[in-house]
Amino acid sequence: MRPSRSFRIFRTVALAVVVIGLLAPLLWMILASLKTNVDIYDSGKAFVFSPTLDNYANVLQRANYVQFIGNSLWVAFAATVLSLILGVPAAYSMSRFTMRRSALVVLMARVIPGVSLLVPWYYVFSNLRMVGGFTVLILSHMFVSLPLIVYIMMGYFDGLPTELEEAALVDGLTHIGAFRRITMPLSVPGIATAGILSFIFSWNNFMFALVLSGADTKTLPVAIFDFVGYASIDWGGLMAAATVVTLPIMVIALFVQKYVVSGLTAGATKG
Amino acid sequence: MSTVTTPDTRSPEARPALPDGSAWSRWANAHRKWLFAAPAMAFVAVLIVFPVAWTGYLSLTDAEGSVRAESEFIGVRNYLDVLTDTDRFWPAVWRTVAFTGVVLLFEVVLGMAIALLLWRPFRGERWVRVAILLPLVATPVAVGMMWRLIFDPNIGMANQLLGWVGIGPQPWLSGQHSALPTTMFIDIWQWTPMVVLILLAGLTSLSDEPQEAALIDGASTWQRFRHVTLPLLMPTVVVAILLRGIDALKTFDILYATKGRGGGSFHEVETLNVYAYGLSFDYNDYGVSSTVLIIFFLIIIGVMWALTYRKKGLQR
Repeated sequence: MRPSRSFRIFRTVALAVVVIGLLAPLLWMILASLKTNVDIYDSGKAFVFSPTLDNYANVLQRANYVQFIGNSLWVAFAATVLSLILGVPAAYSMSRFTMRRSALVVLMARVIPGVSLLVPWYYVFSNLRMVGGFTVLILSHMFVSLPLIVYIMMGYFDGLPTELEEAALVDGLTHIGAFRRITMPLSVPGIATAGILSFIFSWNNFMFALVLSGADTKTLPVAIFDFVGYASIDWGGLMAAATVVTLPIMVIALFVQKYVVSGLTAGATKG
Repeated sequence: MSTVTTPDTRSPEARPALPDGSAWSRWANAHRKWLFAAPAMAFVAVLIVFPVAWTGYLSLTDAEGSVRAESEFIGVRNYLDVLTDTDRFWPAVWRTVAFTGVVLLFEVVLGMAIALLLWRPFRGERWVRVAILLPLVATPVAVGMMWRLIFDPNIGMANQLLGWVGIGPQPWLSGQHSALPTTMFIDIWQWTPMVVLILLAGLTSLSDEPQEAALIDGASTWQRFRHVTLPLLMPTVVVAILLRGIDALKTFDILYATKGRGGGSFHEVETLNVYAYGLSFDYNDYGVSSTVLIIFFLIIIGVMWALTYRKKGLQR
């Protein structure tokens, strides 16, 4: 079914509009991050201006972003690894033994509003004097990543044929041995998908860190607000900060596009 | 069920490899179902089920101020207060419903249109897919800040573009009535790509035969979409609505990034989630905020139940 010529022209124009609409704002953010605040206020210098890296120097040095980048990396990495360790075996069990009710409990976490967990967490952890530490922050991010990983991995294990495991059992491996030596190596693409998605969601998470992080454990999405004052906004610095937060994750996503897409659409076509 | 209370938090790899016949190995293999699931279940129980239960309890108390302060059990008084509060609570409910309804409508319609355009392979497809992926993975708070600059009434690009076509400047995020629609626009910009990806996955999994049969029968493009593609795709559409709907109800980041605490000085973008957050962490009014959260939670469950119920009906 080759589409007609008029449809192809329409498609090209429509998709060009979509692409420009999606990319232009991001490009605008990056352009503004390379301008002085004087140039940002000058509409005559929308596209033609002398670029400067002052905003980035400001963000990385004066605003202490190097530390916040480290915080974000550590929290997202630790939450992802711990969630994989807990989530992958759990998803395997839930898939192979069809523990649908247990799975539902884990997946309910996707539905619960984060604030309703923050209040009790805040109660408990501030009494334990743990608010502001990394442990609480990592645990709270696992609330996002664990259900995500269980969800993606359950779908992955559901689609993985059981014949190889059975053959391994016949060859003398135990059930756990078969899981470790046969199923796990076969699941590397699924685990990569789940891990990448979990990392992205944790990196982007804002609300938990807003409440639970301290001055030294702040993650990047919270640190952005350092550039928003009550009276005025340092637009150049703010756009540089926004770019520093979001550009790395967009670049990573482009390199592992296939995994990101399969993770985001996991379970969507099972109906 | 003793395995649930004493979870083995080590990963399977970390467990020592034991010879086949050992008692531990036999026990572990026999109980692997719970051994594998228990750590995750314990985490969920301690960090999710227990807090939700506690929120339920707090909603029946007058807890406020310091987290160490004494609180008293006051029954359903918070619920009566909240449900008769036409000042903050009901407007927040209305905004949550309006926000979710509008963004879902636009995201599904636009998402469907774009997914249909991308369905058949063509040259340059790769670039369109890249453009679709970027907003989706961008940090929502950063996205909020980005649009804050674009929609700034004085220096923003949005008003400049309007000026070029002869339309006067708009207040966008700073207008009392335009703020909520503007945040809806931002949400639509960021999350329509999500719907595109889900629907595209659904479209790609459809078989070509019904399409070809309809074509041979002389069905027009619209008829083929309406009577062949759409019914077959319906389960995927419901999944997209479900996933996006849950997240749209809970939208927080872009609202906080663009309007700050309390959804702006007139609470113009204060949804239930923003309201509950403010009650908890700006006013430390934990009892009332828990009440709002429980009601909010029930609304989300209700919407989900209605949608999954409808989904079953559609698959029949």
